[in-house]
Amino acid sequence: MSKIEKAALGEPAVAAPSDSDDAFLSVRDLRIHFNTDDGLVKSVDGVSFDVKRGRTLGIVGESGSGKSVTSLGVMGLHRSANAKVSGEVWLDGQELVGADPDDVRRLRGRKMAMIFQDPLSAMHPYYTVGQQIIEAYRVHHKVSKKEARKRAVEMLDRVGIPEPDKRVDGYPHEFSGGMRQRAMIAMALVNNPELLIADEPTTALDVTVQAQILDLIRDLQKEFGSAVIMITHDLGVVAEMADDLLVMYAGRPVERGPAESVFSEPRHPYTWGLLGSMPRLDREETDRLIPIKGAPPSLINVPSGCAFNPRCPYADIPKDNVTRTVRPELTEVGSEHWAACHMDQEQRERIWTEEIAPKL
Amino acid sequence: MSDEKAVSIPKQAGSTLTEDSAGDGEVLLRVSGLKKHFPIRKGLLQRQTGAVRAVDGIDFEVRKGETLGVVGESGCGKSTMGRLITRLLEPTGGTVEFEGRDITHLGVGQMRPMRRDVQMIFQDPYSSLNPRHTIGTIVGAPFKLQGVQPEGGVKKEVQRLLSVVGLNPEHYNRYPHEFSGGQRQRIGIARALALNPKLVVADEPVSALDVSIQAQVVNLLDDLQEELGLTYVIIAHDLSVVRHVSDRIAVMYLGKIVELADRESLYTAPMHPYTKALMSAVPIPDPKRRGVKSERILLRGDVPSPIAPPSGCRFHTRCWKATEVCRTTEPPLLELKPGQRVACHHPENFQDQQPQDTVLLSVAKEAAELVADEVLAESAETSAAVAAVAAEVSEAAEAPVAEDASEAAAAEDDAEAPASEDVTDGDNK
Ligand SMILES: Nc1ncnc2c1ncn2[C@@H]1O[C@H](COP(=O)(O)OP(=O)(O)OP(=O)(O)O)[C@@H](O)[C@H]1O
Ligand SMILES: Nc1ncnc2c1ncn2[C@@H]1O[C@H](COP(=O)(O)OP(=O)(O)OP(=O)(O)O)[C@@H](O)[C@H]1O
Ligand code: SF4
Ligand code: SF4
Ligand SMILES: [Mg+2]
Ligand SMILES: [Mg+2]
Repeated sequence: MSKIEKAALGEPAVAAPSDSDDAFLSVRDLRIHFNTDDGLVKSVDGVSFDVKRGRTLGIVGESGSGKSVTSLGVMGLHRSANAKVSGEVWLDGQELVGADPDDVRRLRGRKMAMIFQDPLSAMHPYYTVGQQIIEAYRVHHKVSKKEARKRAVEMLDRVGIPEPDKRVDGYPHEFSGGMRQRAMIAMALVNNPELLIADEPTTALDVTVQAQILDLIRDLQKEFGSAVIMITHDLGVVAEMADDLLVMYAGRPVERGPAESVFSEPRHPYTWGLLGSMPRLDREETDRLIPIKGAPPSLINVPSGCAFNPRCPYADIPKDNVTRTVRPELTEVGSEHWAACHMDQEQRERIWTEEIAPKL
Repeated sequence: MSDEKAVSIPKQAGSTLTEDSAGDGEVLLRVSGLKKHFPIRKGLLQRQTGAVRAVDGIDFEVRKGETLGVVGESGCGKSTMGRLITRLLEPTGGTVEFEGRDITHLGVGQMRPMRRDVQMIFQDPYSSLNPRHTIGTIVGAPFKLQGVQPEGGVKKEVQRLLSVVGLNPEHYNRYPHEFSGGQRQRIGIARALALNPKLVVADEPVSALDVSIQAQVVNLLDDLQEELGLTYVIIAHDLSVVRHVSDRIAVMYLGKIVELADRESLYTAPMHPYTKALMSAVPIPDPKRRGVKSERILLRGDVPSPIAPPSGCRFHTRCWKATEVCRTTEPPLLELKPGQRVACHHPENFQDQQPQDTVLLSVAKEAAELVADEVLAESAETSAAVAAVAAEVSEAAEAPVAEDASEAAAAEDDAEAPASEDVTDGDNK
């Protein structure tokens, strides 16, 4: 029970992981806010994590919790005047938030690449799929058009597009939803990026193609030692791919740790809700899925204290209404495993083992 | 166990069975021989050099108040099918009937009054939302277009719809690019549900949503179905979601329906090898089972092109059971069991339809190498068992129920009764 003792000793609330020396990507206290007519939207409000070479970090969390905004922030893609970005993003020893946008742009494609959640908005409607992949390749490789085209066809083939030599000349609107997604994956992987951010890379894909894409990402990782961030709401994919897991809620991480322990000993009520609302094929079918009750929080008027408190069934357990007044910081609840909740370790362990786990 | 389910969700297997064989009048939408071929043009003169046979002759019907799930590999024609039945695309062949009326070639003007009854939720939420309009305007548009004035005004109704799909009222004045992927998907859902349509074709309605909001949306669709008797065609690649929401499920492969069955039968005893492969590949959310993949059926090679689909059974280039007849003859979609139609010469969990044809194609042998031995053994065993039971049943054709029969036998018994013509012909000679 040393983990619990450690936490009970009141170790200082640390937002950053302990060792970051060998991380390929380190994000520190990243904040991304948007000015809108209705007020300041705090989409990302203090996110820190590390990803090492050859490792995969899974990011899960409610729709609108800031997963995509975080990753676009890492890529340096929040350029509008309404966006305010602060914090640090260290990529292979280079800080990007304060860097010259042109320098950051040169890193995109090869040093870091992203599979966007919305393939259509990431592809140009007036150019063929092939032209776009060729262009992406030639930015980083001094090769002839013909060679680049060969590479584009090869990539389309690897993502499972049938007859890639014909389809390479098709336009995005002539592709099916899943084919567009794969074309974009081909574009992101064409330069063997060292950091790959995959934002819902397989949402539009059926399981067979999904397996193929996940294999492709694993190959990239094996061959080039790439670091991978995998954003997905598909916990099956997370379980299969992620070494570490980051659970986000309302723009902040609420739990983080090795995937194995976050799945088997989750220590945050939101994570419990997430696990409980998942339909699974390997279990008996239940009649109704159990969503987390209540609505997702406003990001303009984020609930005070713990942002999850209006929806948390346990909000009254911690004493003195602390849940509604003090924001819980991440504290270590196991080896490398952190969670942000005011309940005592013992309480959470008991609730998980007695009330939650048996119902899953 | 299956009884319990039939009780809790009324429009289930039980009613499906009788309706299916009776072919009664509750049909809301009927599709026959539906086709869509996209021309491929080349060169300066844009001469047509071929066609993508995206949907290539499909038949099915959707009954009032039911949910038909549609699954199948990426590019097999699901979205095209959805756009055809909502008449956003002009079919190349076949017919679409809605409430008994042929709508196959209705023009835009003639379709307008029907737009209210038939709605589509699009797969690509972003591209289906006008970037220059606020969400309030987008979700309120159907009221304007159809000249409907909701109680309490459009704004109030739109805000109610937004909250129903889990969006904030503060989102009312925002533009599509200011939303997350899942939020955009829900905007599309709110818009489609605005006018209480009769039929909703939902193309991947929850794929971009996290599980909790998925649950919320799925429950919402459920509730609306119960309250308003909505009918859904839900296209989704997530088999666990499809299982959860659907009464019946159609499995598509390369522009064809290869299996159409009530949910229970499809998940417990899929008959088409492709269905079986699809179901074996679902990742399981448990990192401890990471290595356990032996039961996963990997499909050999890539999806063939819909430009030049394989002869005979389109699945024969990847099927581990393919024989000569599969290469030459297209298997018809037949109701082998009540409520379960399948297009296969050598189905799983059922008697072989072409037992004389036993020599595997060489591609099938390669494909079989990717299938775990246990799976092959189990499949052979069940087929043998089913065949044996079928033989017994046809011998004792008069006996209504075999009391001490095994589970398979019992299931088989039920199945034999109404559909015996289909089944016994040619199989038990
Ligand atoms: N440009 C913007 N202006 C204002 N708000 C924005 C903007 N971009 C994103 N947001 C808001 O920031 C929040 C986080 O968005 P983000 O796209 O990161 O969510 P997400 O976690 O990726 O969700 P999903 O799973 O639905 O994709 C959302 O509530 C969204 O509405
Ligand atoms: N406008 C078009 N022009 C040419 N080909 C098209 C067009 N629309 C679709 N196709 C082709 O038709 C086939 C079926 O596409 P469809 O979008 O129906 O697939 P789908 O089953 O919905 O796949 P996914 O799961 O990836 O969304 C694909 O090969 C696609 O490239
Ligand atoms: S801090 Fe309070 S409201 Fe937040 S998760 Fe823990 S118990 Fe629930
Ligand atoms: S057994 Fe033959 S008919 Fe059946 S799916 Fe395989 S190839 Fe097609
Ligand atoms: Mg996102
Ligand atoms: Mg589609």
